[in-house]
Amino acid sequence: MAIRERMSGNEAVAFAMKQINPDVVAAFPITPSTEIPQYFSTYVSNGEVDTEFIAVESEHSAMSACIGAQAAGGRAMTATSANGLALMWECLYIAACSRLPIVMAVVNRTMSGPLNIHNDHSDSMGARDSGWIQLYSENNQEAYDNMLMAHRIAEHPSVMLPVMVCQDGFITSHAVENIELVEDDKVKAFVGEYNPVHYLLNRDNPISMGPLDHFTHTFEHKRQQAQAMMNAKNVILEVAREFEKLTGRKYGFFEEYRTEDAETVIVVLNSTAGTVKYVVDQMRKEGKKVGLIKPRVYRPFPVDEIASALSRFKAIAVMDKADSFNAAGGPLFTDVTSAMYAKSVFGPKVINYIYGLGGRDVRTDDIELVFNNLLKIVETGEVGSVYNYLGVRE
Amino acid sequence: MAYRLKEVARKPERFSSGHRMCAGCGAPIVVRQVLRALKPEDHAVIGCATGCLEVSSFLYPYTSWRDSFIHNAFENSAATISGAEAAYNALKKKGKITGETKFIAFGGDGGTYDIGLQSLSGAMERGHDMVYVCYDNGAYMNTGIQRSSATPLYADTTTSPAGSKIPGKMQWRKDLTEIMVKHHLPYVAQTAPLGNMKDLYEKAEKAIYTKGPCFLNVLAPCPRGWRYDAENLMEISKLAVETCFWPLYEVIDGKYVINYKPKNKLPVKEFLKTQGRFRHLFRAGNEYMIEQIQAEVDRRWEELLRLAGEA
Repeated sequence: MAIRERMSGNEAVAFAMKQINPDVVAAFPITPSTEIPQYFSTYVSNGEVDTEFIAVESEHSAMSACIGAQAAGGRAMTATSANGLALMWECLYIAACSRLPIVMAVVNRTMSGPLNIHNDHSDSMGARDSGWIQLYSENNQEAYDNMLMAHRIAEHPSVMLPVMVCQDGFITSHAVENIELVEDDKVKAFVGEYNPVHYLLNRDNPISMGPLDHFTHTFEHKRQQAQAMMNAKNVILEVAREFEKLTGRKYGFFEEYRTEDAETVIVVLNSTAGTVKYVVDQMRKEGKKVGLIKPRVYRPFPVDEIASALSRFKAIAVMDKADSFNAAGGPLFTDVTSAMYAKSVFGPKVINYIYGLGGRDVRTDDIELVFNNLLKIVETGEVGSVYNYLGVRE
Repeated sequence: MAYRLKEVARKPERFSSGHRMCAGCGAPIVVRQVLRALKPEDHAVIGCATGCLEVSSFLYPYTSWRDSFIHNAFENSAATISGAEAAYNALKKKGKITGETKFIAFGGDGGTYDIGLQSLSGAMERGHDMVYVCYDNGAYMNTGIQRSSATPLYADTTTSPAGSKIPGKMQWRKDLTEIMVKHHLPYVAQTAPLGNMKDLYEKAEKAIYTKGPCFLNVLAPCPRGWRYDAENLMEISKLAVETCFWPLYEVIDGKYVINYKPKNKLPVKEFLKTQGRFRHLFRAGNEYMIEQIQAEVDRRWEELLRLAGEA
């Protein structure tokens, strides 16, 4: 029987880590992810896990130690936010190109500057091309579930890439909600043992890792890395199917909410999807044909699937909780629209809203405003402004 | 057991030839000798900061390292090896690995004194069972001889060029060995490739087989950066020690031991004059520079004698 509990998103992630019982956790505190290493070091102190906890002196060393630990042949995990993720940046690329299936919980927070501890997605969006698989989570349950699936995806022989599991700082990391946990033994069986093929601690077959690669081999290695990200798509779905058998909870590349006959949809990540669902329900009562697409898998980006799904609608608002400062649109918008263009989906009108930067509240009337604008676009056929800001004083 | 170079040299080579380090470079000599101090039955996981040593010893698909080797980035050799050591402890507890594995991180002075100082300090403070070996050639040689905090006063480098107004590097070198001593590690030593390599070998052996975090600072002359002919490597290394520019000493659980006290401490100019990077010091009117360096070398030597209770 599944265990019914009440937990914050941070506790849910830490609890998943406890059940996974990795060999090494190396972490440095940063709001709002600090609770994760706090909870975890308590598990270590109380002998509830077998993990070596390394209380490093920076996030750069956290990721460096994870790379060392995973390369050595252990399972390594960490957690961070914002500037901490940025400090890891160099090592994120090295972890991915070294094909080390490290799993990291990212509790999304605004990148400095200005200094701001609240939630937006500028941190993980900055790492979107680092070669990590990125899974996004609407609530504590999804953060927990994504953590349980992460190692299976990362360590699959056709993938061997690191995974970051993202959730919204404070909004879900600190909010206590109901959650359904999987029993320890079932988690253990689902996640399985880590049996690396090549690793530093294999004295019978010593290896060298992290070469100077030059133009003679780097391109081939990068091509293999790119292939791994392509391979990850099938693996993510396979693991989700297995997870559904275990828990009854269904996951794919993205969730569609009340889209069957929808004319307009919002595409949005993480916790704001919950707010959108509420607004969709309200507006549906008024007969408005609105819906939601909530990407769960942002890297690899499900180009075919998302373009095909979006082809059914008349007007789409992609909402970005991060700006690209490219004078053109946020990162999710750019990816969604380029996917549609590449797949010859020219029908729907698509606009972008940058919202919630620095943790600015996104209220139901903000979402209503977006839907009403979409409905107006459907009615008039006029798109108006494509690149928009929501809820900012101007 | 008494040290015999012939016997030590007969131990299996763990850093194989064919690497691309320059002739006359101290670093590969240091590495070979450090690795010889490993017991043949022990496996090693070796880390290396980005630098000459890394880019010259592991060019895909070739490696000079017979043990397991990992290069991560420039500033994180210590943190990387600390992670590997933690994984070893975890896997050993679970019974997943057998045998003894030792953990050694290498870095040049750039990766150790400067960009990697935080990573080094963190790993040492956390007490990992590992050795950090700095091969100190006193500048960022891999990128083309830029000054580091290990560069000696007045040395001519490409970012502290000896010009008509500014005569080279204007700061004294940082005393990293002392900084590491103040981490209160079980074993800290300063050494150099010298003579029959006894000092280097024995210190490497102590560092590798002392439990806990240990640190070796090893002088590693660089023919390109110091501007000397390849065959002069050992002579220059010897002069660094004979002038007390680079004293050989160790600190065991806080207790200082000076391993070599020159009977006739040579003037520092004997060391300086062998290298092109100090050539401008010998021009008429620049005598004060050598005097300043001599005074500082003397002051630091006296201080070391005091710390060792020999003053």
